[in-house]
Amino acid sequence: MSVLLAFEALEETDRPRVGGKAWALSCLAREGFSVPRGAVVPVEAYRAYVGPTGLRERILLELNRKPFESMRWEEMWDAALRIRNFFLKTPLPDALHAALLSEIEKMFGDRPVAVRSSAPGEDSAGASFAGLHESFLNVRGAASIVEHVRLVWASLWSDGALLYRQELKLDVGGSAMAVVIQELAEGDRSGVAFSKSPTEPGASLVEAVWGLNQGLVDGTVQPDRWVMDRSTGRLREHFPVERLYAVRTAPEGTRREELDPGKRELPPLDNGEAGKVWEMSMEAEKRFGSPQDVEWTFSGGRLFTLQARPVTAGAEGEAGSRAWNLSLRRSFENLKVLRERIEGTLVPALVKEALDLSRADVRELDSAALAEVLGAREEALVRWNRVYWDEFIPFAHGARLFGQVYNDRVKPEDPFRFIDLLRPERMVGTDRNARLEEAAGRLGRDPALRAELTVFREGGDGTGGTEAFLEGVSADLGADTDLVLAGTEGRRALAGFLLEMAAKPKGLRPEKAGRKALEKEFLDCFEGEERAFAGELLDLARASYRLRDEDNIYLGRVERLLSEALGEAARRLEGRLGGIAQKLEASEACLALRDPLYRPALPEEETAGPGKGPSVSARARQLVGQPAGPGLARGIARVVHSREDLLGFKAGEILVCDAIDPNMTFVVPLCAGIVERRGGMLIHGAIIAREYGLACVTGVPDATGLIRSGDTLTVDGYLGIVVIHDQG
Amino acid sequence: MRDKDREVADAIGALLDSQRVGVLGTHGSGSPYCSLVGFSFEPGLERLYFATTRATRKFSNLSETGRVALLVDNRTNREEDLHEASALTAVGPVREMTGKDRERAASIHLARHPSLGGFVESPTTALLALDVERYFLVRRFQEVMVLEIAP
Repeated sequence: MSVLLAFEALEETDRPRVGGKAWALSCLAREGFSVPRGAVVPVEAYRAYVGPTGLRERILLELNRKPFESMRWEEMWDAALRIRNFFLKTPLPDALHAALLSEIEKMFGDRPVAVRSSAPGEDSAGASFAGLHESFLNVRGAASIVEHVRLVWASLWSDGALLYRQELKLDVGGSAMAVVIQELAEGDRSGVAFSKSPTEPGASLVEAVWGLNQGLVDGTVQPDRWVMDRSTGRLREHFPVERLYAVRTAPEGTRREELDPGKRELPPLDNGEAGKVWEMSMEAEKRFGSPQDVEWTFSGGRLFTLQARPVTAGAEGEAGSRAWNLSLRRSFENLKVLRERIEGTLVPALVKEALDLSRADVRELDSAALAEVLGAREEALVRWNRVYWDEFIPFAHGARLFGQVYNDRVKPEDPFRFIDLLRPERMVGTDRNARLEEAAGRLGRDPALRAELTVFREGGDGTGGTEAFLEGVSADLGADTDLVLAGTEGRRALAGFLLEMAAKPKGLRPEKAGRKALEKEFLDCFEGEERAFAGELLDLARASYRLRDEDNIYLGRVERLLSEALGEAARRLEGRLGGIAQKLEASEACLALRDPLYRPALPEEETAGPGKGPSVSARARQLVGQPAGPGLARGIARVVHSREDLLGFKAGEILVCDAIDPNMTFVVPLCAGIVERRGGMLIHGAIIAREYGLACVTGVPDATGLIRSGDTLTVDGYLGIVVIHDQG
Repeated sequence: MRDKDREVADAIGALLDSQRVGVLGTHGSGSPYCSLVGFSFEPGLERLYFATTRATRKFSNLSETGRVALLVDNRTNREEDLHEASALTAVGPVREMTGKDRERAASIHLARHPSLGGFVESPTTALLALDVERYFLVRRFQEVMVLEIAP
């Protein structure tokens, strides 16, 4: 098996084994384009790595924990991180390693190279994996090049690439990756060119930055842009930008630098050079017979073609969800800006709005005013949910980015060990629970109060002591939990919960000791400027992790306010509308409150079709999810569908729910383990479970349908398995 | 039927339909024992059929205990089996078919295994029915679903 094929040796029949990028480069080289000298590691080498080492099956096992099409983006992230770690921890078979070293050494010696993905099917007219697979610039020496080939192979399974394959319904099992190795053309001006503009059929586009192309491709350096006439090349318009940075080679890899003041004033290309780039893109179009998206660089006054691929439909306006998937892949710089906006503007605004909205006492309002408050709360929730998806969730990528850097450098056995380094000293959710535990502790030390509270819980009268105690706890907990409900029944439920908590032996929270040692171990992997960057990245990741707790809590406040107003509306409308009052959406409830004659349409009831076939009933014996909190727990399931289910929670039970929402986390100190339908290592439930050292499995399909309250469960948080022993 | 019941029942039906031979687990004289048998099944999944001569160890075992397990799987003896293969175990009481029941069972069994014609018709062969109480279906390496069959 040849492990390295020079561009000039490639033939048409090699195309499926070298991928579109390598094939296009070899064609361009033969046609006389200036293409840096290079070669390709064909897909057989990838297969010779993942087959004999068992890696291929490990990947497929990871991706088949549940139907691939039903994996959520957060689960994809986690799977991608695990898979990347498999690659980092699995050495190449000796013979393959030796062959790669020797061939690469012979061809490239100590010259710096670019190592890029070239997966078959990667750049076709139907799909573009641009930006989803990894490339590395300025890699030097055979050993380092082989390591980077392995990282490019791993990027076949990056979160973005997986999400894209899910969307295009591409086969996962057959995926393989070839890798291009090319001498580095260290350009002083670089860019891309579209022979046909994605947005304007009669035009071509040229974009250019100072330095290397990387900054333009990953969005950290803004390009100047030239629009030309597609048929004549005549310049229509030049759009200059504020030029601040350039990406250049560092001793190893690349770095973004501030641009010299002199160059800030100058466009990277003069109009003549932009014309030359346009000509080159049109030549490429002629060669391949379709409009091309070409990467180029000027090095030493010579124009090099770095890559050419068809302009895809995707470039003409990405479908909403793919664009969103891609938006999750934020760069470090981008995340810093996002952090500032979230911490400085968005979270304070969210907290303030929740406070403002809570000022109205819905029980005191007349119907028209209640409709107004209900509408305002609904509008606020919709608006903040949008912010949550567009800004808060992408910011969570900070923790992922950190995880990747951590795993690359530290190479830990557990790919999620980095989370221990991110766990903050304090979290809003656990602070709130600490106040609750403190109140339960007071109860534990005061037998008289405990006895009075027990009488009250069982339906007896409260005393001055119990009233004062419960009022104090309610005030202390603030507006965030479903634990504090209006009316006597609400107070009895709170009393019951506190008594349950007081009876439970105080659990030990996992120690945070070792955080300093972990931090040192991580930072010691870097030197000089890199170390400073690593420190900054850690700080950013901690903010990202913390926000996963806080954003949920604050958004939960708005949700709770809406639910309170909707509950009040339902109570008032019940006399007139009967049972459907409880099922109304906010908009319908508003109309019904304002107009006494309004009759909302009945929500459609789900109808079951007539049963056919055998008389059978299915139940689950063992369910598979993701291991989200290490630990092993056995206990009785409490499936939470409603607030009442939560208030009846008993110490030592296992919480089974669709998704832990922030209003629910007060039960966590009572839990023995957590099972959640929603999947992910960095979702709110998993974060809280880790804080309390609880066994946690997330991403269990239909968990609340297949498990019933009262079932005896074993939760294996190491393997992500839930065993249902006895049905309750 | 609930969606989940139907999904699991359909998956079991498809697996039984895709395979011709299963592993019969019996127990006798204090020892477990496994044998390969050709099987067939009722479309309602409530019964599986297999045939054996009465002189076999499996026949004496199942006569002793009256209960068996039958494992049917679609592994291909490749690495991919770990994530691709499904395995199904049916358990329940077993009885020999006689009279009209035997005629009906034989027609189902021979439709699936035409080459067993002479074997099934031999007077020394017992045609047996496993009245399934429940199936255990294992997929995705670790997921286990149970399908209860009403008597």
